[in-house]
Amino acid sequence: MLGAAWTLLQPLALMLLFTYAFSRVGSVKTGSVPYPLFALAGVAFWTFFARAVTGGSESLVQNAALLTKVYCPRILIPISTIMAALADLTLSLVLLIGVAAVYDYYPTWRLVLLPAAVLLGVLLIAGVTFLFSAINVRFRDIGQALPFLVLSWLFLSPVAYPVQNRVFELNPLAGVIDAFRWCVLGTPVTASSLLLAGSITVGLLVVGTGYFVRAERTFADIA
Amino acid sequence: MSEPLLVLENIGKRYRLTRRAAATTISDAAQEGLANIKHRWSTRGMSDSDREFWALRNVSFELQRGDVLGVIGPNGAGKSTLLKVLARITEPSEGYAFIQGRVGSLLEVGTGFHPELSGRDNVYLNGALLGMRRREIASRFDEIVEFSGIGRFIDVPVKRYSSGMHVRLAFAVAAHLEPEILLIDEVLAVGDQAFQKRCLGRMSEIAHGGRTILYVSHNLASVAALCTQACLLEQGTVVQHGSVESALSRYYETFGKRERTSLSSRTDRQGDGRIRFTHVDVASSDGTVKVGDSVEVRLHYEAETEFSNVMVGVGINGILGDPLALCSTRITGQDLERVPRRGVFVCAIPHLPLVPDRYSLNVYVQINGVTADWVQDAHSLDVAESDIFGSGELPPKTHARFVLEHSWSVANEELVGTDVSVA
Repeated sequence: MLGAAWTLLQPLALMLLFTYAFSRVGSVKTGSVPYPLFALAGVAFWTFFARAVTGGSESLVQNAALLTKVYCPRILIPISTIMAALADLTLSLVLLIGVAAVYDYYPTWRLVLLPAAVLLGVLLIAGVTFLFSAINVRFRDIGQALPFLVLSWLFLSPVAYPVQNRVFELNPLAGVIDAFRWCVLGTPVTASSLLLAGSITVGLLVVGTGYFVRAERTFADIA
Repeated sequence: MSEPLLVLENIGKRYRLTRRAAATTISDAAQEGLANIKHRWSTRGMSDSDREFWALRNVSFELQRGDVLGVIGPNGAGKSTLLKVLARITEPSEGYAFIQGRVGSLLEVGTGFHPELSGRDNVYLNGALLGMRRREIASRFDEIVEFSGIGRFIDVPVKRYSSGMHVRLAFAVAAHLEPEILLIDEVLAVGDQAFQKRCLGRMSEIAHGGRTILYVSHNLASVAALCTQACLLEQGTVVQHGSVESALSRYYETFGKRERTSLSSRTDRQGDGRIRFTHVDVASSDGTVKVGDSVEVRLHYEAETEFSNVMVGVGINGILGDPLALCSTRITGQDLERVPRRGVFVCAIPHLPLVPDRYSLNVYVQINGVTADWVQDAHSLDVAESDIFGSGELPPKTHARFVLEHSWSVANEELVGTDVSVA
């Protein structure tokens, strides 16, 4: 049972950390939404993203015993990791809606569109994960670079603070997180960032899947 | 003839030989890229075939439902690669394979177990990978645990299993989840005699149940016992495919070649080397060893110094490795009291009772009960025909291993006496 608790503990702790840190640094403009709520929404999605990308990218290497001994469609291995992280997201979403209620924010019609926002996120994660997991089989140092990459991505994304300029919008995760927060809290999201996130996601998915399918043939020979 | 379950056409698997192990990091890859350009330049005269290695080449065959194919061959012949290709684990570089039905595989000791998961979870995982429903797996679960003998360790993570437990569970899973095609690679390498026997029993059950098995093994006796056909691989190509006997006898031509590499330079031997066999020959009166001849098996040796209390033995095996006879100084009560530094141990056999065939000799020597040298397949012995009964007949080797001196007579039943019929 502690398993589920751990899932929720991480976003909660990050929210408190951000709230503390940014109250020191100075005011972050989050519109009408209270900062902790803003941060929790960002952190909830971020935790999902980080878990799925980190776990998914390591998934093939971790399951090398499976890769070299039995056959299954290999792409199911990173997908299963993403699905597990998605289950965690459902839990944090319940937490988020609960905390929002404490701040007198209740779900609106926008929540209906939440699955679409999450789906966009899942596709983005899938693109990144297929690519990294396949590269990781061949080049193990991706595993070393990954935590740094994910950390950098955190600071370039509107998790603890809103998107500040157009350059930030080039990050496809910005559009996804903004869309996610819009569904839950009604914070603004720009059409341009959504469009950009959508097209980059499609691009990454095509490249990632393409590379995965090509690399898949030699997994067993080099894993 | 029913539709083949498995068709291979000109399957080939090529591996590239890089100068070093393939780069496993990006920075290595960059350096290697540069080095490879230089290397290519310096080896520009070499053809591509020098830089690549065909683990399999032009392998074609078909298997029907119920066929049990034994795949034999020396180490590095491509046996395991063949199974990996069939299991869809690695893709062939050329050729075409058509496989109909679920494929269960047990490759290189151990199946696709996840080390962190319990034995129970791994059984379900493997079943799911075979495309079985949870209910189907559950219905066979008890049988699997029973067969594996894992018992109460079934809920312990597989990483804590001994290698024997690991392979026992792996075999139980592969053999009970009812794939249409079962690929088995060297299961008998691990596990005790009793388990090996159960494995072979289970495999023949599966075969009789109309499933198809590909069985790779160095244990030729088990191939002979289990398989309906056999294929001999050598350096990635099929050199013989047909009856088990034809493949095995072809294999023994290769085996014969190995034996000609002199005994003294063989390294696949056991013992502390205080005495080492250098050469073995079998002498008979006219040079060829025939049925019924009186022969001498001569074991030439070198010793570090003089030894006493030495036991010497020769085991005579069939070409499938099945033990037929054992001669030793222990058995005759003649352990040797003084053994010079160089010499010949001579074992005299007055009337060789073996049917005409090829046999393999194992030789060993112990000093004070400690093995000094032990070489398997140290020599191969061809026994030729001889008309020892004056009838022009000998027992055929398909029905007999030994030729016993015997004679026949017939008598009226009353005259033989009643004690025979009472017994």
